[in-house]
Amino acid sequence: MMQELIYALPLTLIFILSIAVIMVDAFTGKNKTVAYYFSIAGLLGVIIAAIYTMTLPSADLAKMAYEGTISKGMLTYGGYAAFFDILFAVAGILTIVAAKPYLTREYGEYKEFYSLIIFAISGMMTIAHASNMVTIFIGIEIMSITFYVLAGFIRTRITSVEAALKYFLLGSFASGFLLYGMAMVYGATGTLQLQEISAKIATGEIVNIYLQIGLALLIIGLSFKVAAFPFHQWAPDVYTGSPTVVTGFMSTAGKAAALVAFIVIAKSLLPTNFGATLINDKLIVVKEFTENATMIIALISAATMLIGNITAIAQKNVKRMLAYSSVAHAGYLMMGIVANNENGFAGIVFYSTAYMLMQIGAFVVVGVLERDDTKFQQISDYSGLRKSHPYLAAVMALFMFSLAGIPPMAGFPGKYLLFTATIQSGYTWLTIVAVVSSIISMWFYIGLVLNMYFKEKEGDALVADVKSSHFTIAVSVIGVIILGILPSFLIDLAKNFF
Amino acid sequence: MTALFITLFLPLVGSLLLLFFKKENTKAIKNTALGISIATFVVSLFLFFGFDSNNPGFQYVFEAKWITAFDAGFRIGIDGMSMLLVMLTTFITPIAIFASFNSITKREKEYYIMVMLLQFAMTGVFMALDLFLFYIFWEIILIPMYFIIGIWGGKDRLYATVKFFLFTVVGSLFMLVAIVWLGMYAGETLLKLPSGFTTNYLLIKEVAQNIPVDIQEWLFLAFALSFLIKVPLFPLHTWLPDAHTEAPTPGSVILAGVLLKMGTYGLIRFNLELFPQASFEYASLISVLAVVGIIYGALVAMVQTDIKRLVAYSSVSHLGFVVLGIFSMTAEGIQGAIIQMVNHGLSTGMLFLCVGFLYERRHTRDIAEYGGIARVMPVFTVFFAIAMFASVGLPGLNGFVGEFLTLVGAFKSPFLNSHWYSIVAASGVIFAAVYLLWMFQRVMYGTNDNPKNHNLTDMTKSEWAMLVPMVIFIVWIGVYPKSFLNISENSSRALVNKLEMIKFGKPTYQLPEMKQKTMENIPNSQNNIKK
Repeated sequence: MMQELIYALPLTLIFILSIAVIMVDAFTGKNKTVAYYFSIAGLLGVIIAAIYTMTLPSADLAKMAYEGTISKGMLTYGGYAAFFDILFAVAGILTIVAAKPYLTREYGEYKEFYSLIIFAISGMMTIAHASNMVTIFIGIEIMSITFYVLAGFIRTRITSVEAALKYFLLGSFASGFLLYGMAMVYGATGTLQLQEISAKIATGEIVNIYLQIGLALLIIGLSFKVAAFPFHQWAPDVYTGSPTVVTGFMSTAGKAAALVAFIVIAKSLLPTNFGATLINDKLIVVKEFTENATMIIALISAATMLIGNITAIAQKNVKRMLAYSSVAHAGYLMMGIVANNENGFAGIVFYSTAYMLMQIGAFVVVGVLERDDTKFQQISDYSGLRKSHPYLAAVMALFMFSLAGIPPMAGFPGKYLLFTATIQSGYTWLTIVAVVSSIISMWFYIGLVLNMYFKEKEGDALVADVKSSHFTIAVSVIGVIILGILPSFLIDLAKNFF
Repeated sequence: MTALFITLFLPLVGSLLLLFFKKENTKAIKNTALGISIATFVVSLFLFFGFDSNNPGFQYVFEAKWITAFDAGFRIGIDGMSMLLVMLTTFITPIAIFASFNSITKREKEYYIMVMLLQFAMTGVFMALDLFLFYIFWEIILIPMYFIIGIWGGKDRLYATVKFFLFTVVGSLFMLVAIVWLGMYAGETLLKLPSGFTTNYLLIKEVAQNIPVDIQEWLFLAFALSFLIKVPLFPLHTWLPDAHTEAPTPGSVILAGVLLKMGTYGLIRFNLELFPQASFEYASLISVLAVVGIIYGALVAMVQTDIKRLVAYSSVSHLGFVVLGIFSMTAEGIQGAIIQMVNHGLSTGMLFLCVGFLYERRHTRDIAEYGGIARVMPVFTVFFAIAMFASVGLPGLNGFVGEFLTLVGAFKSPFLNSHWYSIVAASGVIFAAVYLLWMFQRVMYGTNDNPKNHNLTDMTKSEWAMLVPMVIFIVWIGVYPKSFLNISENSSRALVNKLEMIKFGKPTYQLPEMKQKTMENIPNSQNNIKK
């Protein structure tokens, strides 16, 4: 009992924090710094708690689910859940720090922003801790609803409002799919507990048609949440319209959270370890079904990376280009789901960490340079950035090389691990598609570097408004380089989770 | 081993050190860069003289854990072939840096950082004994080269640098897939390692020939695509003339001198060594392309009006000999290929330097703008002539040795099994004489009737300093190639023996320490597997 309370500490903390920030907001009046520092301190507390739970022994966690725990087995603790707690909290801190100067300049600093970010993080952490379909759904909803608000945070801007409305309408539709899919799975297996579902599927004693429809609906819903083809159409508009710091947060932490949901669902609904001796007719049907389902996810993944990268080539706006490339990265990440093995999931953990750092970093650089919603966002505006802001240009180039997957930056080991996993599970063709789309992506990543370094600026030079964003950029750069050169500790850590 | 480490990491340390220099303090930046690169060369001499040329295997081998999850280690070491190429790198880079003193006049700090980084990665490519590490070095090279062409290049530099980047990336990413595939197949199926994955070259080398031939062919193609683009082999060569022409002089020197050799080195080190059966299959196809490239490069070079472009196309032709030598898979051919790699680095590097000297004086590379330069620059004419004749392959200078050996190798190769490769390729030597001598004649002789050419100054002291070391080696290799051929002889013979063993069941040549070597090697490799 007590042990579980300790294990649940990060989750409890973040929920207390999300309420507390509103209170602090209410009682501090015009003083904005208190809420700002309070949120950062709170998130640091969450990180410390999560690191602590990650080091705790995880052996009796599985037992706990059945032996009358407080959560009645709805939650899981430690391991990857704790790791993702850290990841989300770090993303939150990076975003909050970078958002302060951005919002002050573009719209005005409103303290709700901090509590909204923390609400979103609590949703994501719920997903990471879920061991029951319902918990996953609650987490996704908390996260999504906060995102709708965050997308429309600058309510005087038509683009921002458009993004929010679009995201809300389509997103709630997708949530419907998700929920219906869960209901179908319940119909097929008679339980919502993920472990029991997978145990049930492994026996073959299930209603196949319900499971198939259910999984299809779940894939649709989750593909929407990670912005995968053909459910990615909302992403570019929403990512472009939202305030830039929010986009950075949504497209990294949000994507990672949706992928965690994807991982747990894929792990329990698509079991790979059928005992050879226990094979009977029913199991053969199930096995065939899981193979087909994996193939469908593979096709989605392949299409996502190709479409994302090809459309990104045509973009003239940096934010939009990064939005499309973010779609493509969802495709890369889904390779880990397709692989459905230790390496694949570890690859997702590693790559989403690396991706978080480089993508937030890139969006913060965009946010630092842009003005009044749409000004200074064109790729051509970045011409000659090297001259006016050598350090910004250098870090942006670094992020671009990392996104393109060129060693020794963090993007490369991540891709390598995902490739390894995919080839291991026999999907060599998917790796080749990934390689081809990486080649396509070089064009626009390198194109931006080309503009920054080799072209001269005509007209006014860009003015950077960095201030506290320095911190975010510095952390991202250091992270990208360290993860690129010494990826071993994170990979080994991630492999132990699964 | 310390020497190996210093040779590899000193340039990296140098480039990091340069970060802390003030941008305006160009003199200190230049001197530091030059000093460090010369120091690297001096250190690499210790490698050279400490090298045991009787040993066909890898020496100075160092191994450290890096990414245990997929058994990618920091494994480096050199054998006879890589020894010569490492020396070439450490030799060419200081000369290129010295040549930059005059030709690079903007953003010096960034430039020298990039060049030092480039040297680090190039040395790494030749030393890596781990496929993952090799790939990392291979890709790092893209970044500095992209900037060197893009920032300090000529007027079409953007086009050239993007083309260079995309071409290389296309090849290398397919190689990446092949590396992952190979690592998994070798680790899981062949070696049965607990990790199920390895990129340890020394381990894979021992077992790679057991890969089924149809799979080998795919792997071979993926690796070969990457390397043949880099070489570049006809018809994948189109990036090269642009990149060469637009790059600044020192950039071209490094590009021609070292970068292209990474491709040919990769062919020997990975394609022949790891996929022997697939190499037999594709040897004639690639050799045909090499021969076509020899002739094509020469013919296109003949009609160029831009001197630098002419030299660039001559590279296509010369590298054709190297590829032909490699795929003859005879000791002569491979030895010739290796020495020809060094030769090409020296002679073409020197030609680029000479063209650069002319360009600095006149700011044009158009052949028609010149004429009668010999009258105003007599000393320069001598040096230019030496470089030109070395490139043509005049006996007594280095080019002859390499081309002769590759042609002999291709002629008697039991794998190619046709004399026609050599016969046709040999005509490339004649074409080389035609385009180079013709260019030389139009630039140097005739009447000096362009008034702008009347008052050109002859060689300066620093130009002397750049060319004299190159001339020394050009003549040395031409007259007494044995001192260099010796280094790589046993390594290439070991490779050829392996190929002959697989194809014919018996090697034609007994290595000096062959027996002891195999006895030593086998238990070692088994120990490694057990670990």
